[in-house]
Amino acid sequence: MQVLSGVLCPFCGCCCDDIEVVIKDNTIIDVRNACALGASKFMGYSVHRNTKPLIRKNGELVETTLDEAIRRCAEILAEASYPLLYGWSNTSCEATKVGLELAEEVGGVIDNTTTVCHGPAILAIQDVGIPSCTLGQIRHRADLVIYWGCNPWCAHPRHLERYTSLSEGRFQRAAWKRYLSRLILESARKRRYRAAGRVIKGGAAALPAEEEKRWMLPPPEERKLVVVDVQRTRTADLADIFIRVEPGGDYDVLQALRALIRDEELDVDSVAGVPVEKLEELADIMVNCRFGILFFGLGLTMSVGKSRNVEAAIKLTRDLNMYTKFLIMPMRGHFNVTGANIVSTWQTGYPYAVDFSHGYPRYNPGETSAIDILSRGDADAALVVASDPVSSFPRRAVEHLAKIPFAVIDPCLTPTALMADVVIPSAFVGIEAEGTAYRMDHVPLPLKKVVEPPEGILSDEEILRRILREVRRIKGKSQARKN
Amino acid sequence: MVSMEFILITGRTIEQGKFKEHAKTTEKYKGNVAICEMHADDMYRLGVKDGDNVKVTTELGSVVVKVRKSKRIRTPGMVFIPFGPWVNSILPSETEGSGMPHLKGFKVKIEPTSEPVPDIKDLLLKTYGVKK
Repeated sequence: MQVLSGVLCPFCGCCCDDIEVVIKDNTIIDVRNACALGASKFMGYSVHRNTKPLIRKNGELVETTLDEAIRRCAEILAEASYPLLYGWSNTSCEATKVGLELAEEVGGVIDNTTTVCHGPAILAIQDVGIPSCTLGQIRHRADLVIYWGCNPWCAHPRHLERYTSLSEGRFQRAAWKRYLSRLILESARKRRYRAAGRVIKGGAAALPAEEEKRWMLPPPEERKLVVVDVQRTRTADLADIFIRVEPGGDYDVLQALRALIRDEELDVDSVAGVPVEKLEELADIMVNCRFGILFFGLGLTMSVGKSRNVEAAIKLTRDLNMYTKFLIMPMRGHFNVTGANIVSTWQTGYPYAVDFSHGYPRYNPGETSAIDILSRGDADAALVVASDPVSSFPRRAVEHLAKIPFAVIDPCLTPTALMADVVIPSAFVGIEAEGTAYRMDHVPLPLKKVVEPPEGILSDEEILRRILREVRRIKGKSQARKN
Repeated sequence: MVSMEFILITGRTIEQGKFKEHAKTTEKYKGNVAICEMHADDMYRLGVKDGDNVKVTTELGSVVVKVRKSKRIRTPGMVFIPFGPWVNSILPSETEGSGMPHLKGFKVKIEPTSEPVPDIKDLLLKTYGVKK
């Protein structure tokens, strides 16, 4: 039995690097320090594994050899006039680098999952910039933490524990005890509420609204947690202040806060369902903090307004810097989506939706982004690497993907793989293959190989190199025929 | 049959996250993703109980999912479905020139149904057909 420490978790953008993995006979038998999401990946990665290359014949996926799968994948890409190469956020930076070379070689579009998560955030950042920092700074110094339109309790479970309110910083104390006692009180209150609902005429609905009583502010010197969301998420249960915004009302609330911190009066009673007094109180807290951080999630990027919501949040942060230190950071989802953006930017100048069809990189989200290319029916082939667009793309985009020939490189048989023409199994990056990943605050970290992959299974990087070689061979042959 | 209009919010849940990377074809993933969380008052008005099936419809089509009483939604009129192939099969693709489709906060119609919740393979077959 061997215990490997300092393993990086290949799940979410937190990239926790304190994971301990217990290995026996090349099998992971236990994992320590990981959250439910990371632990489920480390412990379950081999259960639903695909180890056979598959190819579609007469409508059925049938087993084939790796060489044949790679050759067919290369043919699909080499014969296409506008292929889409999509995914990249669940693999290493090294694989993305080869993917970019492949996209240039086949004259296609390369897009990563940013396009359906923080794409609008990137557009806003390109418009107005971003005042940001590393998560270490936040852990040690932030005395006001705001989560806006994100739910780290579910999507980044250790974010609070490692980087914000529940972490013990050099200059800020962890707020574990406060939150724990609040959860106990809250749970007791809920029990009383349910009991009262059974005996009072009119049931629980006749009792006063629950959210009205939740302004239990800690002493000024202590770290505060604010959650702004459309529903009372599990993260909101921990918050000192929870503000419920009507769906689609984030832009209004952000702009109202900008007005309030400039001491302007609002001549309305509420903004997007939030009473102005509550916003005034929040504006006061923001202005009076010493180091504030606003984390935002898909609640801003996927709701009406999209990049304009994020732009308003960044401008609010910029305005707050007239009074105090305030920073902002997107809560990136996949463990290496930041890496996909970074590699793409250093290779092409653009972070996602890069079009090589003109022979040089072109970038115009809305035109060269995956959803638009598929919905318009422009792509005539695709390669999906470490992603599952059939599960994450809306209907029209998937309908077109289902019509065109495409290949999938993935360790599992995902819904996308079930609809593919070629399926090439790969090693799990961060478990069976090493590489580099970028944490959500743009810090590069090494991914470890903790167990050997099944026999014959290559890393994404190696598979892509072989596809690239094959594409060049096919293109060389067709060029020779033309000459 | 009662049919009501709601604002649909999609998003992550920890249960969905546990299976989303390596176990999407399992029953556990379906049980945690092919669900619609709803306010108790809305369930009463719609005449459905926890675990009943409902049909969620947009202009693009409809999908059958199970109702779950929400502990998180505090105002009637809003429903929540976790990210996944079930909800995505009825979501619009228009990005309004931004590259990002509108995936949160739009109107859906919901009605009770006796149709079963499709498993992942049936859903793909029904929605996107058989690949030749």
